[in-house]
Amino acid sequence: MNVVRDVVRVRGLVKHHGQGQSRVRAVDDVDLEVPEGQTLAVTGPSGCGKSTLLHLLGGLERPTDGEIWLAGRRVDTLSERALARLRRRSVGFVFQAFHLMDELSAAENVELPALLAGRSRREARRRASLLLDRVGLAGRARHLPSQLSGGQRQRIAIARALANDPLVVLADEPTGNLDTAATREVLRIFEDLRGAGHTLVIVTHDERVAATADRLISMRDGMFVDDTRLAGSHPRGLGGLIGLEG
Amino acid sequence: MEVQDAVLAMLAKEPSHGYHLRARLRQSLGPLGESMNPGQIYVTLARLEKAGLVVCERADGLPERPERKVYALTPAGQQRVAAWLAEVGWPKPDLAEFHLKLVAAAAARLADPVELVAAQRRELLRRLREAQRAVLAEPARSAAGLLLEGVVLRLQADLRWLAACERAWSDAAERADDE
Repeated sequence: MNVVRDVVRVRGLVKHHGQGQSRVRAVDDVDLEVPEGQTLAVTGPSGCGKSTLLHLLGGLERPTDGEIWLAGRRVDTLSERALARLRRRSVGFVFQAFHLMDELSAAENVELPALLAGRSRREARRRASLLLDRVGLAGRARHLPSQLSGGQRQRIAIARALANDPLVVLADEPTGNLDTAATREVLRIFEDLRGAGHTLVIVTHDERVAATADRLISMRDGMFVDDTRLAGSHPRGLGGLIGLEG
Repeated sequence: MEVQDAVLAMLAKEPSHGYHLRARLRQSLGPLGESMNPGQIYVTLARLEKAGLVVCERADGLPERPERKVYALTPAGQQRVAAWLAEVGWPKPDLAEFHLKLVAAAAARLADPVELVAAQRRELLRRLREAQRAVLAEPARSAAGLLLEGVVLRLQADLRWLAACERAWSDAAERADDE
């Protein structure tokens, strides 16, 4: 039997920022399961805790309370060292501001995580060339980030996030700095990843981006206020969108 | 907008006179309700009565004037109200109709307005997903892509308005809890 496992599993997750009177419950007792292959969007007003949630899932921040499991392995109790290794090997990050290394070429940026994870130079190079091809930038491998557009930089960042074939890709406002055309390119790549069975968690305040996901969670004040399955539940066709029903 | 459903839903709170219904409708619509024809409510009520959705009773001991008639929902009328509240209306979203739905639901405590907004939002998000996926599948600069872009922008506008509705009705519920 082909059982779909949960790549992400979270129980009673809590994260406080600050102390005493100024203490903020950024994430307030949240439970979550993300099955393998699902694209989940998390949306909500700024300050609702969605980015903090993503940081907790990726081990960039430690929870105040609760449990986090990645592919069946508990990660909130890991040592700093083990957590750093987990971030390098099992989680792919995509950030709003790209966070590419300015002095490295596109290809070198994509190779870096594989090298840090202990792969050979040859293997890292082979993988980077595959991934650059996948995001449609094989011809830009030798360019520096400063020679690329915002959309191209984000596509490099996505290729980099995939360098170690992570369990899950975590994207924090991935289109926040992009214009409409570049946003579309990034969404097309996410769509391609979805088709290839990758698990994605995308934090965004843009409902156009959120709506491309299979599932949408709305957050407010650190809590989930809605959890909607968007995929596969719509019997009507596209004609219905412009009133050509029936 | 079809006012029939809105009028029916207003009767769910309590049986009412025509003039009282009209005043509630106008209050809910504000300046947008000013253009309503004064006789329209009675035409609507007569139609609803004919359809068996309301019954009209004359108030006891009062002269026989149309204003003295009290209208009440029949069981069929109650069913219709419940169906109307649960219905999600797109692609022809009618802002005033949806607004009145929330007002009537809250007044009669028939349904939680915040829940009605959430259901509508889910429906629009599914529509937006469909449209967005179609946009992504279109080659750049296609004519159909431009139409889909219009569909997406309208859905976004509706979603933003729903977010405003959600905030306002959540705040109203919190105020009611505090009292």
